[in-house]
Amino acid sequence: MNSANIGNTVVKPKGLVKAKLSRDDIIMRGGMIVIALYLVISLVFPLYSMFSKSFSTFQYDLSKFEVQISDDAGQFSPEIASLQNLNKDLKAITDEELSTGSGGRLGVTIFFPDFSFRSPVMYRIRNVDGQGRFLVGSKLMTGTDWQELDSNTFRRVQLRPVRSTGLSNFINYFSTPALFKSIQNSIFIAIISTVITVILAFWFAYALNRSCMRFKGFFRLIAMAPILVPSLLPGIALVYLFGAQGVIKGLLFGASIYGPIGIIIGSVFFTFPHAFLIISTALAISDARLYEAAISLKASAWKTFWTVTIPGARYGIISAAFVVFNLVITDFGLPKVIGGQFNVLAVDIYKQVIGQQNFEMGAVVSVVLIIPAILAFAIDRVVQSKQVALLTARSVPFNPKPSSRADIIFTIYCGLVGLFIIGMLGICQFAALIKFWPYDLSLSLNNYQFDKMDGGGWGAYYNSIKMALLTALIGTCVIFFGAYLVEKSSGFKTGRAIFQMFAMLPMAIPGMVLGLAYIFFFNNPENPLHIVYGTMAILVICTVTHFYTVSHLTAVTALKQMDSEFESVSASLKQPTFKLFSRVTVPVCLPAILDIAIYLFVNAMTTVSAVVFLYSPKTSLASIAVLNMDDAGDIAPAAAMGMMIFYTNIFARVIHLILSKGVLRRTQAWRSSN
Amino acid sequence: MKFNFGFFKSLTVGSLLATSVFADTELTVYTAVEAEDLSRYAAKFNESHPDIKINWVRDSTGIITAKLLAEKNNPQADVVWGLAGTSLLLLKSEGMLEPYAPAGVEKLDSKFVDGDNPPAWVGMDAWVAAVCYNTVEAGKAGLTPPTSWKDLTDAQYAGHLIMPNPNSSGTGFLDVSSWLQLFGEEGGWEYMDALHENIARYTHSGSKPCKLAAAGEIPIGISFAFRGAKSKAAGAPLDIIVPSEGVGWDMEATAIVAGTSKLEAAQKLVDFSVTKEANEMYNQGYAVVAYPGVAKPVEHFPEGLIEAMIPNDFEFAANNRARILKEWQSRYDGKSDPK
Repeated sequence: MNSANIGNTVVKPKGLVKAKLSRDDIIMRGGMIVIALYLVISLVFPLYSMFSKSFSTFQYDLSKFEVQISDDAGQFSPEIASLQNLNKDLKAITDEELSTGSGGRLGVTIFFPDFSFRSPVMYRIRNVDGQGRFLVGSKLMTGTDWQELDSNTFRRVQLRPVRSTGLSNFINYFSTPALFKSIQNSIFIAIISTVITVILAFWFAYALNRSCMRFKGFFRLIAMAPILVPSLLPGIALVYLFGAQGVIKGLLFGASIYGPIGIIIGSVFFTFPHAFLIISTALAISDARLYEAAISLKASAWKTFWTVTIPGARYGIISAAFVVFNLVITDFGLPKVIGGQFNVLAVDIYKQVIGQQNFEMGAVVSVVLIIPAILAFAIDRVVQSKQVALLTARSVPFNPKPSSRADIIFTIYCGLVGLFIIGMLGICQFAALIKFWPYDLSLSLNNYQFDKMDGGGWGAYYNSIKMALLTALIGTCVIFFGAYLVEKSSGFKTGRAIFQMFAMLPMAIPGMVLGLAYIFFFNNPENPLHIVYGTMAILVICTVTHFYTVSHLTAVTALKQMDSEFESVSASLKQPTFKLFSRVTVPVCLPAILDIAIYLFVNAMTTVSAVVFLYSPKTSLASIAVLNMDDAGDIAPAAAMGMMIFYTNIFARVIHLILSKGVLRRTQAWRSSN
Repeated sequence: MKFNFGFFKSLTVGSLLATSVFADTELTVYTAVEAEDLSRYAAKFNESHPDIKINWVRDSTGIITAKLLAEKNNPQADVVWGLAGTSLLLLKSEGMLEPYAPAGVEKLDSKFVDGDNPPAWVGMDAWVAAVCYNTVEAGKAGLTPPTSWKDLTDAQYAGHLIMPNPNSSGTGFLDVSSWLQLFGEEGGWEYMDALHENIARYTHSGSKPCKLAAAGEIPIGISFAFRGAKSKAAGAPLDIIVPSEGVGWDMEATAIVAGTSKLEAAQKLVDFSVTKEANEMYNQGYAVVAYPGVAKPVEHFPEGLIEAMIPNDFEFAANNRARILKEWQSRYDGKSDPK
């Protein structure tokens, strides 16, 4: 139920080809098509809308405007001039300058070198056809009637651009140094954070799997805690730890936390559990015979580490690195809170769309952000497909031997990492309870009066719970059923391959990009699905789609453990497949189903990037409230709300644990019968 | 891109039609007014118009503006009540507003009314730029209080100053456009070049600089007076400074969205929005309102603020917005190394 599962699946369609389609086959294929259609509507169409939007440009079309000029006495000459012809002679504006954004305005007086607003000359201007648009002051003129204006009014005429298609958005983007710099910045922090996180997580996982230190269960729990909070929260914690009024700001020696330092520390915090899980899975399986061989060859511990341990875990390490890289480069919440002047791609999208209402440029940055995200994803998949089974039937599981010195060092190391994680969460809870940091340190619950702040109040918190429950319920049904169909249906090879591809795609699409793509697709009045825009439904659809891949892989892994003989047997017993599905498959896979549900719940509670463009005032969410309260400067209430999300997720986890235990006893007894 | 939605459309139209039968008139009103004030505004309006129900859709200025622009061809709102004047000018230039002269509009201060006849929008109140100055933190850093915008470029304030990014904040934009008007196009950019040397960082929202100053994260935040007064009331050690050259401002304003099917009710609401009693209601939060003579002083508001308001050219601000923001971005955004 986590990113670790991504690595462990290789898809091999079962090659049972039947001559004739049975009724079951038709139903299953129909079901598969329905779920594939869901993915097309919730993923492929929106992305297509976004790509087209990035090529949608705005140009001043000078041929659409005509002017007439009078003499000093106000007598118009019959000559009508097109602005295009005027510009041909004057070269007042270059072709490049004619491309602009949707909000572009072009003062018309640049085409009249002799223009003076004091002169008695009169001007007439009109649109050649219904497409042209210009402003007199702020009044929009769309008709083809002549507008007669004195020179003082004429200087207030602004031409408006018309929509066309082309590459000029991209040219504009790459020629704006501030925007271009963001690419470097994003890649820079992603690489540094990846290196630090993977090294820290490796030794943490190593300590837990390869030493005899104590409190392993405790440390494992602590390591998973960051997954339960939105990525904004470490940013807020860093403000209280290292900001101008931070409790331990001395540790930075005068450097500012607002910038790359803050983003990197926060990224290490929120990506740590992901890296830890993947590497831990890789380190958990190892063959003791290799280590025995190393000892008998008298290899030093150092050499053994580099020739046995690292190669054994290399796929885990590589996979962890790409997962972390992807998480950091696509994250939006953390740099928004702590990034200061350090611009990154994900925040640029937000600024373009929310700050400047420049949707086209938002789409362009999205396309730019997708490239490294898809690359990282693709490399990870290629590496994973090369992985071969490390454990064979003859393998001997490796059991660590106690070593008092190493065990103490590892305990101290894990203790420090644990302190970092607990410290970040603890300072948020502490700050949330302080009345007015730093001038009035008395305790108070004032920061929990969310209804008095921007962001949606307690309503946002309840919305979040509702959204997370719906996502868990609907998402689990859709995803598990989809995985079942693709895994257990026979024949229909091409269809299944396409379905697999669709199911993998969401993993590579950053949340911000998905959210923006949803605006373009669903907020189109031509689209009948427009009715879901601004409702809870679109938030649920977006979140299910955003977290589809990992859930799908978890389901596939569980289903692969079931022999396909079940289907053959039920077919020969003339039992409908859906009876088998409900009587056998679902009960056997219940632990995986519960894992998918809790994964979706937790992520729905913490997600910001996917829903930041989609919430409406009535469907604001807790994670969005954290963002907006921080944005308005209400940092302590933002911390308070962030911790509410944390406690809710812990509560959900506990419920999940109790359910899993109960379910395991009732449905999984067969597993331990031998 | 165009999908062919015709077929689906015919399927869903029927279900949409079935939902809009109401006894009274309901108005969908978009607003950026503070959440805590909305129920008060609606209650006051319903005292005289109990038959019109207001359904608020509230969000920050940027988001409401983006929402309105996104819905340009399919407007959902009937009325906009309480949105930045520059945003309404933007909507007007897209032809999205229904011109209407509300009864009694002639009583308002003319700088709060759209110049066209009939006006496309009418103003309610103004929010005014100001500098929030944390006396405790400034004392620790050994700063002397600034008295003018030009003072802020002094080397002693290096790294002690925060302002909102005009690309995302309406307050930030009104600062920038006021400097360009005060100091002229060239002088304005020169001023910002110098100011940029002292800025620690730019925030996304306009209220954050003042809240950060209130929390001691930074000694000086360029923000707006209303926010400063609120933080001061909450116990922050703040002085609210009105720079001597004059301060930029923007107004909250009201307009009818073109294409509304409830024009009559919308007009009643706009009529109400310019009355004396409505203006007295705005005065609870805002020191400057459109109706002359009703404003009473607001607690903790700095003296001389109203006199310092510059004669703001909103048309200049709206029509040059895209150009100014682009220039600002290429000069300051991302180029600055983090300090």
